[in-house]
Amino acid sequence: MNTRLSAVIAMSSRYGTVARRAALAVVVVWLLVLPQLVDTYTLVLATQALVFGLLAVGVGVLTGHAGLATMGQVAPYAVGAYTTAWLTRHDITAGLLQLPAAALAGALFAAVTGIVVIRARGVVALMLTLAVGELTATAAVQWKEFTGGSDGVSTPPARIFPGGAELFDDQDIYLYVLVVALVVAGITALVLRSPAGLLLAGVRDNEDRMRAAGHPVDRYLLLTYTGAGAISGISGALLMTYARYVSPQDVGFDISALALLAVVIGGVRSTAGAFAGAGLIVFTRDKLGNWWPGHAPLFLGILFLIAVYLLPNGAAGVAQQLRSLADRMGLRVPGLVPRTPAAAGAGDGTVPASGAPVPEEADAR
Amino acid sequence: MTDLLTVTELTRSYGSFVALDRADLTVAEGARHALIGPNGAGKTTLLNLIAGTDLATSGRIAFAGRDITWQRPHRRSRGGIARTFQHPSVVPVATVLDNVLLGAWHHHTAAPWRRAGRRRIADDCRAILETVGLTGLEHRQAGELSHGRRRMLDLAVALAGRPRLLLLDEPAAGLTDADVTVLLAVLRDLSDDVAVLLVEHNLDVVAAFARTVTVLHHGRPLVTGTPAEIQADPAVREAYLGRRKVAETA
Repeated sequence: MNTRLSAVIAMSSRYGTVARRAALAVVVVWLLVLPQLVDTYTLVLATQALVFGLLAVGVGVLTGHAGLATMGQVAPYAVGAYTTAWLTRHDITAGLLQLPAAALAGALFAAVTGIVVIRARGVVALMLTLAVGELTATAAVQWKEFTGGSDGVSTPPARIFPGGAELFDDQDIYLYVLVVALVVAGITALVLRSPAGLLLAGVRDNEDRMRAAGHPVDRYLLLTYTGAGAISGISGALLMTYARYVSPQDVGFDISALALLAVVIGGVRSTAGAFAGAGLIVFTRDKLGNWWPGHAPLFLGILFLIAVYLLPNGAAGVAQQLRSLADRMGLRVPGLVPRTPAAAGAGDGTVPASGAPVPEEADAR
Repeated sequence: MTDLLTVTELTRSYGSFVALDRADLTVAEGARHALIGPNGAGKTTLLNLIAGTDLATSGRIAFAGRDITWQRPHRRSRGGIARTFQHPSVVPVATVLDNVLLGAWHHHTAAPWRRAGRRRIADDCRAILETVGLTGLEHRQAGELSHGRRRMLDLAVALAGRPRLLLLDEPAAGLTDADVTVLLAVLRDLSDDVAVLLVEHNLDVVAAFARTVTVLHHGRPLVTGTPAEIQADPAVREAYLGRRKVAETA
């Protein structure tokens, strides 16, 4: 791995914590007032981006933190969506009931499929998750009484509380989706910052060492896979709330690929980055794509190329990249960043302590 | 002294290549036992099989009276077997202290999930880091360390597991003379409750440390004895030292 890079990022992430928190607060406030700022179509796109972003968070947990690249997170997403549809049609329309049910269904599904997936690594794991996703989409076509087959299934609007008002207005739906997405993403980020994040980093970077030290690596990975399934299940529930319709096309291979793309664009170990990547994809596809109809895939392709060539650490790494660029040009940013990566590597152990065990950085696999 | 580890007729083959061929070995409680032998003699294979990093083709491994032949590595670790790796093995993105914390995680009475428990474990980890000479580097990322320091960190992680049996795979390889001195001091200060099984090419380290030496040759233990007996053994000279001479003249 690139140790100089990780040193720079580790240091700058410490110095940048305050700045990052401030930026996060600004973004959250901006998202909360967004309904007052934009037209309805943009707001619907933003809702879609949030749902998709939460799916990408699940992908990021597996790909970036556990080291299991996945193309199959649409599977628990689909399970969550169809479970919610089934509940709604059986008059359980309250989001506060649907969300835990969808999370549970996604988690159960992931726990069962995970037993196979977590035994593999790298490309094999990628192919296995792809198979799980494709089989799920096929099942969605075949199992007509539950899924409505290829026609899909549509539902009446959901409510937040049992007996509450229906979520019908685009603004209300947006705010509901936003709050749920923020809470789930926040919990995810907190768990990853806890010692659990350290355990995952150990598993990702040195499995044999972890096993030899007594860590049940398979159990950790299965738990993580199950947790990611719960996140994606919730994302599927939100899909039903805003679209009120799901068909096998909504849970196909392309959605999985785009979710992985969102994570790559946003930075594989950044929860906020997953949303940024998802937002960029949704707006590139549906807004730019509208200006020049039929060329949305072209825009997505260009976006992917830019991401891979210019942002090796994703959007979350842009700040670090700018800083190291400034370093190379000899511009000092006093008190914010160590002067050069070499200086950070050659210091004599005076690096300040950090509470965060897992600095975000380039994928070390 | 009673036997802590008993290896019986242990075989590991990779296809037609037999790395370890019906090997028998016993390691006593509190032993200072070295495994030597030419390259490819099966030393690391034997160590990997005992640690559970690799699984045997046939044979039996008993540890503290229990059959562990098919036990998974994390279970063996919890049972009291710790190891270091031939290529020093650390978690590069984590700090030095966090690496040791990961080593102590399942072996400490304090609860690692609680802040107070973690603090207590970290205190013990700092003490271990001091013994291996890494004090002052606690908050460095392990990936930044030099090869020698990584090796000492690998050892610290193993020690944090409070082992009854410590497996060391060439702990002196790539170390400077000063580091070797530190290493020998650490090993000398180990409690007698800890048995050590050491694979090592550096015969000075073996002579300074081991009380028992087993020579492995072509996947089989050739002879076991004290360092002096091994040095005098004609079969060892022929198999092991003889080969070295050939290699030197080549």
